[in-house]
This record gives sequence, C-alpha cells and structure tokens, in this order.
Amino acid sequence: MARAVSNSVKARNTAIAWIIAILIFFPILWTILTSFKTEGTAIADPPVFLFFDWTLENYATVQDRSDYFGHFMNSVIISVGSTVIGLAIAIPAAWAMAFVPGRQTKNVLMWMLSTKMLPPVGVLVPIYLIFRDWGLLDTRIGLVIVLTLINLPIIVWMLYTYFREIPTDILEAARMDGATLRSEVVHVLLPMAVPGIASTLLLNIILAWNEAFWTLNLVAANAAPLTAFIASYSSPEGLFYAKLSAASTMAIAPILIMGWFSQKQLVRGLTFGAVK
Amino acid sequence: MATQHSRAAARFMIAPSVVLLLAWMLIPLGMTIWFSLLRYNLLMPGENPFVGFENYSYFLSDPAFQTAVINTLLLVGGVLLITVCGGIGLAVLLDQPMWGTGIVRIMVISPFFVMPTVSALVWKNMFMNPVNGLFAYVADVLGLPAYDFLTAAPLASIIGIVSWQWLPFATLILLTAMQSLDSEQLEAAEMDGASSWSRFYYIKLPHLARAITVVILIQTIFLLSIFAEIYVTTAGGPGNASINLTYLVFQESLQRYDVGTASAGGVVAIILANIVAIFLMRMIGKNLDA
Repeated sequence: MARAVSNSVKARNTAIAWIIAILIFFPILWTILTSFKTEGTAIADPPVFLFFDWTLENYATVQDRSDYFGHFMNSVIISVGSTVIGLAIAIPAAWAMAFVPGRQTKNVLMWMLSTKMLPPVGVLVPIYLIFRDWGLLDTRIGLVIVLTLINLPIIVWMLYTYFREIPTDILEAARMDGATLRSEVVHVLLPMAVPGIASTLLLNIILAWNEAFWTLNLVAANAAPLTAFIASYSSPEGLFYAKLSAASTMAIAPILIMGWFSQKQLVRGLTFGAVK
Repeated sequence: MATQHSRAAARFMIAPSVVLLLAWMLIPLGMTIWFSLLRYNLLMPGENPFVGFENYSYFLSDPAFQTAVINTLLLVGGVLLITVCGGIGLAVLLDQPMWGTGIVRIMVISPFFVMPTVSALVWKNMFMNPVNGLFAYVADVLGLPAYDFLTAAPLASIIGIVSWQWLPFATLILLTAMQSLDSEQLEAAEMDGASSWSRFYYIKLPHLARAITVVILIQTIFLLSIFAEIYVTTAGGPGNASINLTYLVFQESLQRYDVGTASAGGVVAIILANIVAIFLMRMIGKNLDA
C-alpha cells in the first residue's frame, strides 16, 4: 500500500490491532506462563501474571509421571509418517495430472475432493471393527494408515495447484537443448517443484499433528499421540493446572512455530486453491 | 505433447491414489450402509438379522436425535456467524497500515494451530472453571456471581471455544483475499469523496464475496464433525444439552456398541454433509476452469 497515511491514523490502527491480537493470543500466553508456575501459584487469587518464582518442575513431573516423551514421539511418527507416505503416493498422481492432463483429470480431482467431504463419523463403525479384527487398534501403524488416507486428497490437490504453475515451455526449451527425459525431470522440473512439495509437507504435518477424531477413537494407552494424551487430563485429580499447561505448551509449541511459517500455504491448502 | 505413451504412464502414476481413495471410500461406506440394515449389537453376540429400516426409525425417533440435529445446526451457525463477521472485521483492520503487522498476524492466527483437545481443556479449566477459572476471578472483581459456563450454557460455551479456534482461519483467508484488491480502485473512490464505510460496503465487501463463500463452505465441512471439543469439555452433557450428531453416533457405537443404530446415524450424517458438499464442489469446480 503506497497510500500516505498520517502517523496518528497509523498509531490508532496499531493500538486497536495490538489490543485485539493480544486478547486473541491471551489463552495461549496464559497457558505458557502457567506452565512455569507451581500448582499453588497457578490458581492463586488474585492471579499472578509475570512476577512469580519461575519453575521447570512441571515439565519434569509430566515426563516422570506419564512418559510424555513417548507420546510426543507417537505424534512425530504418526504425523511425519502419514505425510511422507501420502506424498510418495500423491506426487506421481499430481505430477501426471498437472503435466499430462486428460479429459478425465478434472473429474478425478473433484472426486478426490469429494472423499474429503465424507464425515468421519459416517465410517467410524466399520473402521473400528476392521481395526479390531486386524489388530490395528491402539497401534501407530493403524493411525498412520488412516491419517494418510484422510489427508491424501488435500496432498494431491495442493501439489496439483503448485505443479500446475510450473511453466511447461521451459520443458520444451530443455528438450530443444537435447535434454533427456531423466535430466529434464532431475535438473529442470524437480528444482521448481521442491518449494511446493515442502509447503505441502509442512501443512500436512500440522493437520496430522492436530487430528483429534480418529486419534481419540482408535488408540488407547500405547499408541496415543499428544492429542489423545492431553485429553486424558480431562478427568483431573486435585491440583493440576500447571502440569496441564506444561503438557499443553510442549504439545503446541512445535506446531505453532511451523504454523507461523506456513501462513500462505495454509490458505492455499485448505481452500483447495480457491483462494491464493 | 501428450502421446499415447505418456498417457499410459500418467494413468499408471495416478492409479495408486485413485485405488486407495476408492477403497477407503467404498468399503467402509458399503459396510456402514449394510450394518445400518442389521440388528447388530457388539454386546449381544450371535446372529445379526436383517431388519430393513428399523434402525433408521429408531434413530430418527430418538429424542436425542432431534436435540443433536438442532445442536449441530446451532453449533455450525453460531460459529460461522462469529468467525465470518469477526474475520471480515479483522481482515479490514489488519489490511490497514500499522506498526508490527507481522507480530499481530502471528498472534491472531495462532489459535488455529492449537490442537482441539488442548484448546478445549485450557478453556474449560483455566478460563471457564467456576472456582479457579480466570472468568470467575473477573466476575468476582466486577462483583458478579461466578458463572458455571459449561453447565449453565454448555452449547454456547462450546461455540465460543470453537469460534476462537476458527476465527484465525477466516481472518487469514479473508485477509489474503483483501490483499489482492487493487488499491487504485480504493484511491479513486477516496478521491471522489467516498466515506470509509461506503468504500468498505461497495468495494471491499463485494471483492470478498467469493472468499467469504469459501470460508463458509469449508468451515461447515469441518464444523459438522466437531468432536474433540465436546468429548473433552462436556461429553455431550449435561443430559444431551451439548450433544451433536457426530457425538451421538460416537455414543451409539463406541459407548453403547450398537453397531446397527450407529451405522444408521452415520448414514444420516453423510447425507447432511453431502448437501453442503454439493455447493462447495461447485464453487471449487468453477475455479478449476478459470
């Protein structure tokens, strides 16, 4: 925006925006602060904001009592695993649809999208029974399979919208210069496709990390990722706000930071390219 | 450039995705429909006789079903109202020149990245708890009685929590759309003496129309399936006060083990979601031609 604005208008905008932003962010900030308090300070009346004895004991307690790291690793394995497998299946498909579009390409894409519209609860019963019969309940591999499949349409779509923007003229130029198909792919297409693939990877890890329908319904103690582990705090014994906050802070921190870097991709990925 | 050869290769490359999604869709869907026609309860082993539409009439006449449908609509409608109106306001605001835009944006979008179980628990305990919650403290300072949000107004409280999670999404998408608006148009309007309200109403809002539609449709898809927030905060209660369709089917299946009824409920949920999906697909399909 090149429009000249007086500093007083800018100051007013800044003040309003900061107040609203801090209000929206406050629950997260409060959770982070509470995680460094003792349980007593966490429910102090009046509440203390910054001036208390900061402690790391909650983080240690959460780890000792419940093998937090194990659940954290479950989250990592499940979200990264399902994303990588999803990419491996989706990259060839998106590639083919973007570069060799046929008459049916649009229909195939729309049909893939429609599978995403299926409410999970509509297939909860059969998936649960299949998982029970195949011994997949409460296993990481089971969740990886489900999350790969529910996010596959988003992965294909996102990759497709990125691949479609790669100019095909450049391929012809490379071919004129005598490039083989292999060097065409490796030296020309791949470098241009990498940013799109990286964005897709990032967004999908976020989605898989936060998925909370299948994780709550298909796992118990062993394979529980953080979404399910944190839910177990809903039945508390005694004072637990500080520990809940510590567990929550560790669960959201990595994804929050990744999310900040993926704002643009988020818009494209979640609107299936309808808003860029 | 597409030769016979590359066509075949393309089909080969697309096949795994299509086959997997087809299996993922058709097998469970077929099973759900089949189970919905059986009398099938995991607690009563034995034969599962075919009973036609009995499960449907049982599920549809269950008083909880009516509550669940109304709650589902209130939940979707309430959250949409808050997030779309709030999102438009925030997008207009964040589009203005100011200091520290980057940090403001980061703070505003953050709730979207908080996993549903965490945000539900944090709101439930640290804010809405009638004894130790922050709201109770604020009420106390103001001389008001403490309010037990999740007991007295469970559905409204859940709408609040879910809106907090989705407001960033609406804001981010509307802001992205806003930034594609040609600023020359706005300058011209300003020179012609258009007030800031009429610049908003006649230029910005129509420009956002498409993005607003996308936000509404995509959020609806996700909001119809709200589960974790209810599971963690109220478990559908008190009574059935905050139950939605997804939660009701969950109760029938994994808590009452009534596979037949739960499957009938699942089919009903699919039909509802499809009505929304048709509109969304048309919107996105149009974009594909452009």
